[in-house]
Amino acid sequence: MGKVAVLGAGLTKFMRRSLETGRELCWEAASAALREADLSLADIDCVVMATAPDAFDGVHMKGEYLLDGAGAKGKPYVRVYVGGGSGVFAPIAGWYHLASGAFRTCLVVAEEKMSPTQPHPQGAFNAIYDQFTERPLGVNLLWIFSLEQMRYMHTYNIPLELIARVAVKNKRNAKDHPACQLGGEFTVEEVLGAEVMSYPVTRLMVSPVTDGAAAIVLANEEFAKKKGKNHVWVEGVGWNLDTSYWTNRDLAYPEYVEKAATMAYKMAGITKPREEIHVVEPYDPFAYKELHHLEGLQLADKGQAPRLLEKGYWDRDTTTGIPATPSGGLLGVGNPIAAAGLMKVAEIFWQLQGKAGARQIRRNAKRGLAQAWGDLMQVGTVVILGV
Amino acid sequence: MSTALRGTPLREEDIRTGKALTTEWHGKIDYTFDAGAAIGQFLHGLKDGKLLGRKCHACGRTMIPPRMFCERCFRRSDEWVELKDSGRVNTFSVSFVNWDASRRQTPQVPAVIEIDGASQGMGILHLLGEVGNSLAEVLEHVKVGMPVQAVWKPAEQREGSITDILYFRPAATKR
Amino acid sequence: MSGKVAIVGAGYTPLRAVSPEASFRELIFEAAVRAYEDAGITPRDIDAVVSIAEDYHDGTCIMDEYTPDQLGAVQKPVHTVTGDGLQGLAVAAMLLQTGAFNVVVLEGHSKASNLRHPAHVEAMALDPTYVRPHGWHPVFVAGLEMQRFLHDAGVTAAQTARVAAKNKRNALRNPLAAYPAQVSAEQVRASRPLAAPLTEMETAPPADGAFVFVLASEGAVSRCKGPPVFVDGIAWISDTCNLFTRDWGRAVYAEKAARQAYELAGIRDPQRDLSFAEVDDTYAYKELQHLEALGLAPRGQSGRLLEQGVFDAGGRLPVNVSGGCLGCGYLHDASPLRGVLEAVLQLRGHAGERQVPDARRGLVSSWRGIPTATGGVAVLSRR
Repeated sequence: MGKVAVLGAGLTKFMRRSLETGRELCWEAASAALREADLSLADIDCVVMATAPDAFDGVHMKGEYLLDGAGAKGKPYVRVYVGGGSGVFAPIAGWYHLASGAFRTCLVVAEEKMSPTQPHPQGAFNAIYDQFTERPLGVNLLWIFSLEQMRYMHTYNIPLELIARVAVKNKRNAKDHPACQLGGEFTVEEVLGAEVMSYPVTRLMVSPVTDGAAAIVLANEEFAKKKGKNHVWVEGVGWNLDTSYWTNRDLAYPEYVEKAATMAYKMAGITKPREEIHVVEPYDPFAYKELHHLEGLQLADKGQAPRLLEKGYWDRDTTTGIPATPSGGLLGVGNPIAAAGLMKVAEIFWQLQGKAGARQIRRNAKRGLAQAWGDLMQVGTVVILGV
Repeated sequence: MSTALRGTPLREEDIRTGKALTTEWHGKIDYTFDAGAAIGQFLHGLKDGKLLGRKCHACGRTMIPPRMFCERCFRRSDEWVELKDSGRVNTFSVSFVNWDASRRQTPQVPAVIEIDGASQGMGILHLLGEVGNSLAEVLEHVKVGMPVQAVWKPAEQREGSITDILYFRPAATKR
Repeated sequence: MSGKVAIVGAGYTPLRAVSPEASFRELIFEAAVRAYEDAGITPRDIDAVVSIAEDYHDGTCIMDEYTPDQLGAVQKPVHTVTGDGLQGLAVAAMLLQTGAFNVVVLEGHSKASNLRHPAHVEAMALDPTYVRPHGWHPVFVAGLEMQRFLHDAGVTAAQTARVAAKNKRNALRNPLAAYPAQVSAEQVRASRPLAAPLTEMETAPPADGAFVFVLASEGAVSRCKGPPVFVDGIAWISDTCNLFTRDWGRAVYAEKAARQAYELAGIRDPQRDLSFAEVDDTYAYKELQHLEALGLAPRGQSGRLLEQGVFDAGGRLPVNVSGGCLGCGYLHDASPLRGVLEAVLQLRGHAGERQVPDARRGLVSSWRGIPTATGGVAVLSRR
């Protein structure tokens, strides 16, 4: 199995609605990533695209529509699509393009333009539910999150205050992120007191509709070594998809995230994740999800992630814990779905290089993990980077 | 990362006032889905006022929603089982937002309900009713684990749809 | 690509215009049962799954959600590629070649009959700013391309009509096919024009069905029961779907993909080295356009060679002996999987009445349909 390095990353601003078309957003992010990698499009052998529902952009087969902006014209190009997990899955797809020996370099682009959908992008998700047993009920995307959060809280006796703290932490972290849309100082009371969307979820516990794009450049070992030393390597990848019968599963714990993480840890030779992972970007579209995922990732015992949060274990400037979502995540920076996942991978990349600026974590990090989640609360995607 | 990230944010009024030009498209994106053997029978059952499950003899699970194959054993499931139309709340929520993000005055109460007669953990998605009109009322009346009972449309109004059940109400409530 | 991968199991359902008796889950389950039986595996042996699907073809947002159950792949590494069957095959092959997986399953299906207004879905793939506002039926793209191809290649409308007649007649000997027919080129030519010069009978009608393949790395091949068919080379290329800057006459994506696939497969003279070819024929003219792009006919000669019978079932290089999309049915992105299945059957010597004598090496080519310029080429062989 070939080794794969990350050579550069790029982002656009994350905006509620952008003037730029989806293609233009791709172009901005891809160009920025190539610039950072000090490469041109001619150096790129293949392109991978990640972008979540076609319903957002209002373009069927939108991978085809976007490819011009992603530098893929005339190249081998695939779009991978695992719902919200796509942003972290895209580098995994880039990994298999290179680790297979098929190509030397891969440009990975993630785009989301949610703003076109009318009357509201949220409506695009009605069709994620089963067409016979669920859609006729007048379903709503928010239900999934609120039902899962309720089950998680009930099972482990987690007070809502602790969940609200995730939003406080991430929005504060996001103040230092250049792409930030919703960063700021909030109190737990403000988060709890915000408008109830679908109890127990309040408005400040939800990540916003966002347009944006991200990109990274991957290279195989031979190519990377010609571009200098001290690279960031892909040490482990994992992904796992659970049954579509989500009402038959216990939503309190994401088994599929555990399995995805186990697969990645095994590949990376990690036996003690709590010691060997130094920084983590768990997927945080809703405040409780970060905690849910940290437990699935085996970085905390079941039901314990919130208690650790209370003790500052996941704070960005911790030296004894594991900084979680130093970027500010989806809650703080924004949630252009696939691009947000890739933004988290980019954050780990920059943290490991010491290039995260005002967001740089205090403890020394040699290995970091980015994770995303998606589909009908079913898929876990994990990437472990290391220096 | 360069701090000069590119992108041109627009506001909603930019679009409303025509500062940013837009184009609209309305398509007829409709489907007639084939229900197939399992769901077809399930829908017939609903029309008859029944909840049907499928049993797999290999793992012993009685499954709802029913499927002709057991996804764990990877074999054809074996028999139809008529389940009860009652169950227990596995989880619920109190929603004040419609599918299009507009606000609701009165809440919808979606829930996952584990159906009596099916194996443990076999839940379906549906709505709770007769549980109150405000957040406080609903939180008072609904608890995880509480027993609930289906309220059906009258037989002549049923169509063979999951909505043939109007909602589930607390089982202890007297009508 | 390093290391060869092989198809060791193939499962499918017959292709039909409508399939109301089975949900998509039930169709896929049937195909999976057959595939695993053919390969001699159980779901426990599966290391990863690749599915191909597009949301709007199925009418579900995030179709990936509904993949694992009917494949027996719950809680496994499963992902969806929004691409065609050959892109799915390529991804499955790359997964095997990382060395991290030994057995990978590929799935693709069509429930095209469930789309009430397929033209609207197709139109939704057109550029929303520059093209959709015209409000034209998207088949105009095929009409434009066919017009230019006929002009550039010196192919005639009578010749493209002959392609449709050939393929629909070939389908008579394929029990899988949805639209076998005994038709003449004249009948095809005289059928209703859709976007002249394209006629209705030159347009593949939609069908439902499912395909599941089991692939294994070279090391794992002996573990599986099925006679292996090796993927000697596979390539896929996306050209812009932008209508304003494309070469309307040539299938450039197919030219590039063919070059790469032939190089990987060590093919120097495709016209001689291949025993048969399953070439995309979503529209009849595409078969000839692709044959020229694939180097299976010299530029400008595809029509003439067709008339000489070179590409007939009994000809020197049978093309679409399965019946192609025109005879079997159009399955959206799953269409090339019908071609892959045909290649597997031919190379195993299991193609019955359709068997190409001494079939050693075959080609499958694909195109993702309007408005894309994306397609793949795969070269398969038996050892």
